[in-house]
Amino acid sequence: MMTKQHRYLPTTDQDQKEMLKTIGVESISDLFSDIPVSTRATNDKSIDLPDPLSEYELTKHMKKLADQNKTATTFPFFLGAGTYDHFIPSVVNHVTLKSEFMTAYTPYQPEASQGELQALFEFQTMICALTGMDVSNSSLYDGFTSLGEACNLATSVTKNNTVLMSAGIHPQAKEVVRTYAYGMEYKIKEVPLNKDITDISQLKTALSEDTAAVIVQYPNFLGSVEDLAEIKETLKDTKALLIVVANPLALAKLEAPGNLGADIVVGDMQPLGLSMSFGGPHCGYFTVTSKYMRKIPSRIVGETVDIEGKRGFVMTLQTREQHIRREKATSNMSSNQALNALASAVFMTALGKEGVQEMAQQNINKAHFLAKKLKQSGMDIWNEKAYFNEFVIECAKSVSAINQGLLEKGFIGGYDVSEIVDRPNAMLLCATEKRTREEIISFVEALVEVNQA
Amino acid sequence: MIEKKEMLIFEQSKPGRIAYSLPDNDVETYDLAAELPEHLSRKVAAELPEVSELQLMRHYTALANKNFGIETGFYPLGSCTMKYNPKINEDVARYDGFTAIHPLQAPETVQGALQLLYELQEDLKQVTGMDEICLQPAAGAQGEWAGLLVFKAYHAANGEGAQRRTILVPDSAHGTNPASAAVAGYDVVEIKSNENGTVGVEALKSALGPDTAGLMLTNPNTLGLFEIDIVEIAEIVHEAGGLLYYDGANANAILGKSTPGEMGFDVVHLNLHKSFSTPHGGGGPGSGPIGVKSFLTPFLPNPRIEKKEAQFVLNNDYPQSIGRVKGYFGNFGVNVRAYAYIRSMGAQGLQKVSEYAVLHANYLKARLADAYDTPFKQHCKHEFVLSGLRQKKQGVRTLDIAKRLLDYGFYAPTVYFPLIVEECIMIEPTDTEAKETLDEFADAMIAIAKEVEEQPDLLHNAPTTQSVRRLDEVIAARKPKVVYQK
Repeated sequence: MMTKQHRYLPTTDQDQKEMLKTIGVESISDLFSDIPVSTRATNDKSIDLPDPLSEYELTKHMKKLADQNKTATTFPFFLGAGTYDHFIPSVVNHVTLKSEFMTAYTPYQPEASQGELQALFEFQTMICALTGMDVSNSSLYDGFTSLGEACNLATSVTKNNTVLMSAGIHPQAKEVVRTYAYGMEYKIKEVPLNKDITDISQLKTALSEDTAAVIVQYPNFLGSVEDLAEIKETLKDTKALLIVVANPLALAKLEAPGNLGADIVVGDMQPLGLSMSFGGPHCGYFTVTSKYMRKIPSRIVGETVDIEGKRGFVMTLQTREQHIRREKATSNMSSNQALNALASAVFMTALGKEGVQEMAQQNINKAHFLAKKLKQSGMDIWNEKAYFNEFVIECAKSVSAINQGLLEKGFIGGYDVSEIVDRPNAMLLCATEKRTREEIISFVEALVEVNQA
Repeated sequence: MIEKKEMLIFEQSKPGRIAYSLPDNDVETYDLAAELPEHLSRKVAAELPEVSELQLMRHYTALANKNFGIETGFYPLGSCTMKYNPKINEDVARYDGFTAIHPLQAPETVQGALQLLYELQEDLKQVTGMDEICLQPAAGAQGEWAGLLVFKAYHAANGEGAQRRTILVPDSAHGTNPASAAVAGYDVVEIKSNENGTVGVEALKSALGPDTAGLMLTNPNTLGLFEIDIVEIAEIVHEAGGLLYYDGANANAILGKSTPGEMGFDVVHLNLHKSFSTPHGGGGPGSGPIGVKSFLTPFLPNPRIEKKEAQFVLNNDYPQSIGRVKGYFGNFGVNVRAYAYIRSMGAQGLQKVSEYAVLHANYLKARLADAYDTPFKQHCKHEFVLSGLRQKKQGVRTLDIAKRLLDYGFYAPTVYFPLIVEECIMIEPTDTEAKETLDEFADAMIAIAKEVEEQPDLLHNAPTTQSVRRLDEVIAARKPKVVYQK
């Protein structure tokens, strides 16, 4: 029996008595009498959970679980592969902890939600600035689901049934896209790589009248920069849309996909202000050219005026959405990742026009310094094309063995891409702005040692 | 007081200002542009804001002050379960051991995270009465979609994939239900609710056929009513070869009182951002895990988090899986908060949650029954609907009532949903509101009903207490301005 009041539940016995009297029933169980007897929880069917913890006990318990994980705070990380150990300014946490943002619902009552709506409008504007696209929504679950939604959009507007997917996109993005295709019943064909970028001649061969879209990642999963203009050129006599999955940090240094012919640009905001958090919650972004504005999935914030002519913001173009259109909606998504879009907007505000460039440049510097040190130690860089903050090396033994050795020396090593590059023992390494010169030098020493051991 | 000019962050920007610091570059600068084809290196910098750190904080504080959260006041938004989001859960979720770990680290290096997820799966099995849980879906809508793909894979495995193409959805369902069915490749057939607001067995029978893949049901439904025929409904759907999907948006009404498993459902999703107290964040991130009965476990998304002796491992070895629905392990950080909540409540605590949620809803309904029309007389579960029809006849729309509530310091209930009740007002008070708050809200609603008769312009002109007056949504949609332009 619960003998005392729970800290989250304010209703006292006296309150309960008064409320039952107003309702006109004897007991709370009278209010549950409509649940069929056969389905009710009884003593032998009641739920079994561990006993409740006090706040202090909870912190101890959670700390114990947290302490069993090897973190980027203690171990220098050289693992990227779509999720990155980047610096996050303190202001991001302080803003997102503000309960007016954190505990609000989707802004159904715009007059009481102007803060959220304006912040998302600003987010959309920043995303358009980075990607060079006309329209951004106010976020989706993550980069992979954004890509899945992009494929649904492309097959829907082109009425074509095949999506060509570069082998150079994130392996989990491929899996998610295949699941989307299973749902909407279109075909996915993978276009192989030519060394470290998408094979253009294979792409040309794969293109057909039925191609709805071509997906490429920028930079791709192996770190190399795909030539979007060349890929767009191959699509010129087709209906196929160019879908680009872009790392938003890299866009500080790489030409905006919107200026290179992309029809849809999606990706994950994790590099800009979101902790790695074991893979989620991150935040997908989704942008299109104005042509597809009314086909975009999920929430979009628009500017308007109130009855006195004052500027304000509302969720707009809602007739695309599930709560109005039901089975005819452009997507089933209801919630997005508003709080993480906010976090990312705060990050982009803090770093600003100069800061994102400086951070991107530091990523370029650190990764290329790491590559240089590896080359000096006799290891080859597998990438031929220019790369951003990641590249592939070939090791003398399995990636898991290398990583085990590195862990013993206090490092988290890279990601196994042997299957993708079709070479044994291929490892994708990353160095962000957080890696110091000393960390990189000692990592290379450790790696060389483990590799030769 | 003269109102301050409200500016976008871009309007406060001035070249040269920054709000960050990075360590000095301690390695040589690398000229990537020299290596890239010229057209691939960026020439014009993205126009991001340039402000100082204090300017940044003032801007976002001003925005926060123009936003209504649960700690601002009562948030009676039906079907959204706007309960208190415990502070301690924010603290523990921010432990380095949870935030500074990478999803592709070797499982041996993240045993604490995997243990947490495994235990949360076990807990949710208990709560739902299901045999297996997958934590991957990011939100309720994604859970629905994943669950329906499980239906699809199951029917295909039985050789009935081509035949079973229809999902039945009651007309009271959340909009996500038919939308999720559509993106899972299904046709949708709507079932009309009966005069009691629940699914009529006869209407259901006539809709069932060899094409039926399954039925999606919210129980209690969006009217806050328990589907009293659920046992029979489950039987006839199963007899027709269909499966039953439980939309767990309203699970806050039944925790520890019953389970979807006992009711006969085959697949369920829960909204951890509703019943399990994780913050809504202004529209996400949420978490929408799904649970299935044992015969459907082969089809769940990969990978599974399993326990092998004392180790927690990832298992991808399920060839019949529908595949992956989202990156990595779902919204891990949200799942950490939900786990902390369950650990703080225990089984009896969760049962109390539902008892109070239902008590509070029935109390508010009783207090408002004179001032507003109550289309359904039976006791409700955790939420209930009113109709503003009486007020509409007096020239005031439900939207006006909603806006007027903002002036009284409350958020508005869900309005015009479910679609089957005219001028619908849907109220969910949750378990964490004190009786005094419920009384203040009831008093406000009653006062507003009186204003409808005596001073209707107070409603037509509402709100007058917010940062803006009523906004023009028509212009916003007709001439969309979705990006700031100088």
